Amino acid sequence: MTEKILLEHGSGGRLSHHLIASLFFKYFNNPVLNQNGDSALLNSIDNPAFTTDSYVVDPIFFPGGNIGKLAVCGTVNDLAATGAVPLYLSAGFIIEEGLPFAELEEIVKTMAEEAEKAGVKIVTGDTKVVNRGQCDKIFINTSGIGTIGPGKQNISAGTMIRPGDSILINGFIGDHGIAVMGKRESLQFGSDVLSDCASLHHISKNLVDRVDVHFMRDATRGGLATVLTGISEQYGLGIEIEEDKVPVRDSIRGLCELFGFDPLYVANEGKMVVVVPPEQEQSALDIIRSNEHGEAGSVIGRITGDHPGKVIMHTTIGGKRFVDMLTGEQLPRIC
Amino acid sequence: MRYIEEYRDRKITEQIIDAIHRISTSPVSIMEVCGGHTMAIRKSGIPYLLPGTIDLISGPGCPVCVTGRQFIDHAIELSRMPGVIITTYGDLMRVPGSSSTLGKEKAEGSDIRMVYSTMEAFTISRNNPSSKIIFLAIGFETTTPPTAVAVKQAYDRKADNFFVLSSHKVMPPAMSALIDEGVAIDGYLAPGHVSVITGSSIYNTIAGKYKKGVVISGFEPVDILQSIYMLVDQIEKKRPHVAIQYKRAVNPGGNPKARKVINEVFEPRDDWWRGLGTIGESGLGLKGKYEHLDAGKVFNVTLPKTREPAGCICGEILKGTRKPPECQLFGKACTPMNPVGACMVSTEGSCAAHYRYNQYC
Repeated sequence: MTEKILLEHGSGGRLSHHLIASLFFKYFNNPVLNQNGDSALLNSIDNPAFTTDSYVVDPIFFPGGNIGKLAVCGTVNDLAATGAVPLYLSAGFIIEEGLPFAELEEIVKTMAEEAEKAGVKIVTGDTKVVNRGQCDKIFINTSGIGTIGPGKQNISAGTMIRPGDSILINGFIGDHGIAVMGKRESLQFGSDVLSDCASLHHISKNLVDRVDVHFMRDATRGGLATVLTGISEQYGLGIEIEEDKVPVRDSIRGLCELFGFDPLYVANEGKMVVVVPPEQEQSALDIIRSNEHGEAGSVIGRITGDHPGKVIMHTTIGGKRFVDMLTGEQLPRIC
Repeated sequence: MRYIEEYRDRKITEQIIDAIHRISTSPVSIMEVCGGHTMAIRKSGIPYLLPGTIDLISGPGCPVCVTGRQFIDHAIELSRMPGVIITTYGDLMRVPGSSSTLGKEKAEGSDIRMVYSTMEAFTISRNNPSSKIIFLAIGFETTTPPTAVAVKQAYDRKADNFFVLSSHKVMPPAMSALIDEGVAIDGYLAPGHVSVITGSSIYNTIAGKYKKGVVISGFEPVDILQSIYMLVDQIEKKRPHVAIQYKRAVNPGGNPKARKVINEVFEPRDDWWRGLGTIGESGLGLKGKYEHLDAGKVFNVTLPKTREPAGCICGEILKGTRKPPECQLFGKACTPMNPVGACMVSTEGSCAAHYRYNQYC
């Protein structure tokens, strides 16, 4: 019989200790974690950035990743978007009894691999096991701490965005949402779409180090449209984008047509929207395209002083339309 | 990508737009009947490209929008019965009933599940033999065949826990009713996917009796622009007839197999349309043979008195006599976030389409 997670694994007793030692310490292994105290003790951090996110994606394994990969990449990207270099993560697990041990191990192993790639250490954590039906297989919360270089603290505030600035994205939109949707029990369709789930700290660090980044944000739930409308509404600026410059895979476009989705609103887990001064547009594009997660990078539009608070899309056929914020739930539990 | 990219090709659309500008001399009102067309037109920015002589008006072809509050009230009452699982297309969740929505009832504890197909609802019934599964069947000729197939399967398998609450409707009677009401329409842009099922002859009355042009159109920008060209040409030459633009999918005879299954399971009945009232033989009810699967007949629930929201002009918008920005609630009390009327709820509703894509263009 396959080994399953039992309520006792979360009791704090012998099974808990066994789980922590045989799984979390084995894979997350690092000196800060290995201090094994009630809190992780960190050295002082200059200009710290601090973020948290919870992950409830359904299904927990999807083409191109799993909930563990998402939990590391998502929080790393929240730090990267502010211009911070990610340093430390915490990991809190809420597990439904009956989850196969092998699935938990796969998730933890992926988290360790992804953390290694991103150069972050998972230094503290927690595990709770709840009765069957009280959560769905596994929920993960990760918090992250990073450090922001001198003079770079205003990237996430958006106060440097100016009319005329160029807007870039590091590749195809909508992959994550469609990959997850394709695996839903009720909706299974054959498709080779993989989630774009990836840590983008290398792209963001290179950009921050080498060009004058005015703003960055990772486009996750609500998609690219939600980031753009957020910028225009929050800072009272206009945005114009070109439909044929926004990278969308043929397969994603086709599936979106079929289900009545607009790719602009479909979730991503490895896409960064970057705003730079127009004269640095090419340098920024070169940096993005030189990264493995940025080969399809594109300049999609620009900031304008006209129509403040509104995003206008120039359509492929030469028409114009308004892009609004997502309302309602396009697809629940996507991350 | 075949069948998408070439129908969004700028060189081709520019040629058609030029041609439309050349032939259009007098003002015309063209109604796109289908919500899918409304959305495609707004999404691709077509109104911005047409000459001032052409007025595109949105018609009653969004199934969610024309479904009456009484249907939502009925579904809500059914959802409050013990042991019932309501299955529905997602759009209906947020449509306001007289005092609640299916979404709110779900949060209150009713078992209401969003499905993408009728067969998914039927599968839920097989997996939950001790519950009664009620499928909220809405839509036009395109969604009727799958409902009919599910009903037949439930009948053949002697399923005793799968039921349908039908609000299926057919389009041509509503198109005639609009003209009878005196709405100024010079030609109809008709939905291609409906004719994939029904063929083109369902519009013969519109062209023959009412002398209005009908072009059966696909949904991509090139399709829609070409259809507008064809309609304007018919109107300018005063030669109204039924034409098929969407030839790559529509056969004049339609899909006989799908029509056969519809006729086996459903029969025409008078039905109520938001904005238009009761229209003769415009709805589809389950035939007597299947009445033990008809949730409207099997379950006895008391419906509240229907209350319509003050100030909402959904009815007139569905008739095409007024446009969304003319509503005093539009964009203020009524937004996609807090919809008052059904036209703002559905992604295919003309208020939602105006709000989302055209607000300030």
